[in-house]
Amino acid sequence: MRAHPANYELIAPGDYRAVLSLLANEPGMWLPIAGGTDLMVQYAAGKLPRRKLVSIWNLPELRRIEIFPSEIQIGAGCTYTELRTHDMVNREFTLLSRAAGWTGGIANQNRGTIGGNIVNASPAADSLPALLVYDAELILASARGERRVPYVSFHLDYRKTQLAPDELVRSVCLPRRFSGYYAHARKVGARKAQAIAKVCLAALGRLGHGTVEDIRLAMGSVAPVPLRLVETEGSLKGKRINAALVRFASQTAAREIRPIDDIRSTARYRARVAGNLVAEFLEALGAGGTRE
Amino acid sequence: MSALPRECPKSEITLTVNGKRVTVHAFAMDRLLDVLRTDLDLTGTKEGCGEGECGSCSVLLDGVLVNSCLIPILQAQGTSIVTIEGLSADRRALALQQAFLDCGGAQCGICTPGMILAACYLLHKTPRPTAEEISEGLSGNLCRCTGYLQIIEAVEEAARRGVST
Repeated sequence: MRAHPANYELIAPGDYRAVLSLLANEPGMWLPIAGGTDLMVQYAAGKLPRRKLVSIWNLPELRRIEIFPSEIQIGAGCTYTELRTHDMVNREFTLLSRAAGWTGGIANQNRGTIGGNIVNASPAADSLPALLVYDAELILASARGERRVPYVSFHLDYRKTQLAPDELVRSVCLPRRFSGYYAHARKVGARKAQAIAKVCLAALGRLGHGTVEDIRLAMGSVAPVPLRLVETEGSLKGKRINAALVRFASQTAAREIRPIDDIRSTARYRARVAGNLVAEFLEALGAGGTRE
Repeated sequence: MSALPRECPKSEITLTVNGKRVTVHAFAMDRLLDVLRTDLDLTGTKEGCGEGECGSCSVLLDGVLVNSCLIPILQAQGTSIVTIEGLSADRRALALQQAFLDCGGAQCGICTPGMILAACYLLHKTPRPTAEEISEGLSGNLCRCTGYLQIIEAVEEAARRGVST
């Protein structure tokens, strides 16, 4: 049933510190809302988990992209539009800017934020596999201070995260060591825009002396959380890419994921596509793929 | 779920709509879409899906294309909104309107205001878009009548007529 606005409280302190104190004073009571592209949908359906919301849209502390010699720190409130149009994100983190470009449509890219995508914790989120392969870390902030956690351990289970009730995701940190890698991203869905993925892949690879020096594979929509394919990666390292290896890796990937049947697809289809996507990436990498 | 013992009161929210400063008496969580249509009687902005999928409620918020069904009115406080009504004197929008008519880009009309807003936003940023850029620019706007080709042609035609300057 549609929610009635009178039953919800929304405040906009317009100040980062004030938001953190509010979360500290009544932990778990307030739901931060940024661009609203997820929460307003839940709200319209009468499914918001909380009745008190605090706007964090446009807070300058969450909107910066800071470049350091060893990493880039992306404010959690940066929109997909900002990610896909930022020069350095485009150049060094192409998987992230590409995923941002196929999330929703233009209007949703103008409002949806990277932090919202992370906290919403959908296993189907387009940009999250990219964060996995880039070894992202998150800066979580609260009135108690800040802590830095590896993104790979942030999602605990389906829609469950490490975020404490008084915390906000402040920034996403990406180490600047992947610019020499071959980068490859694919989304398989009903249509390009405005469609949630049936399967999506973010992949990075680097060859040296004809063998796989490093390889990083992550997929969305194939498990309760965005999934790094550790076993498949392990089966490839140090090997020379040939037809047998591609077949083996593709089977390993199909076995490593934990897909389900849902409204968008079936577990069987997802396993098949996941294997094919890994094969497609390896073939391109083996053919001497330079950066896309 | 946190209990909320009483109804939240309405408050005064001021924003600029189509160049005019307005103050509405609204719940903070009222959707911008409803305030436009109900409080301000600007019914050119349509509600399609109500969940940010179809783009028929598109408006410009401080010059940026957004879905008004996903904006709580409190987040629009102090901003400047342009709806399809506000484009009625805009040269680019008028040329788009004519191109939509000439190319058969409008049928039932529900998606059309959103399409025009999204096309205006696109042409503002990319005055001579390719067909692919047009598809992408309008990808958040669904049309169940035309099959899109006439709409893409209409935007190409409007760009060709040089209305983007």
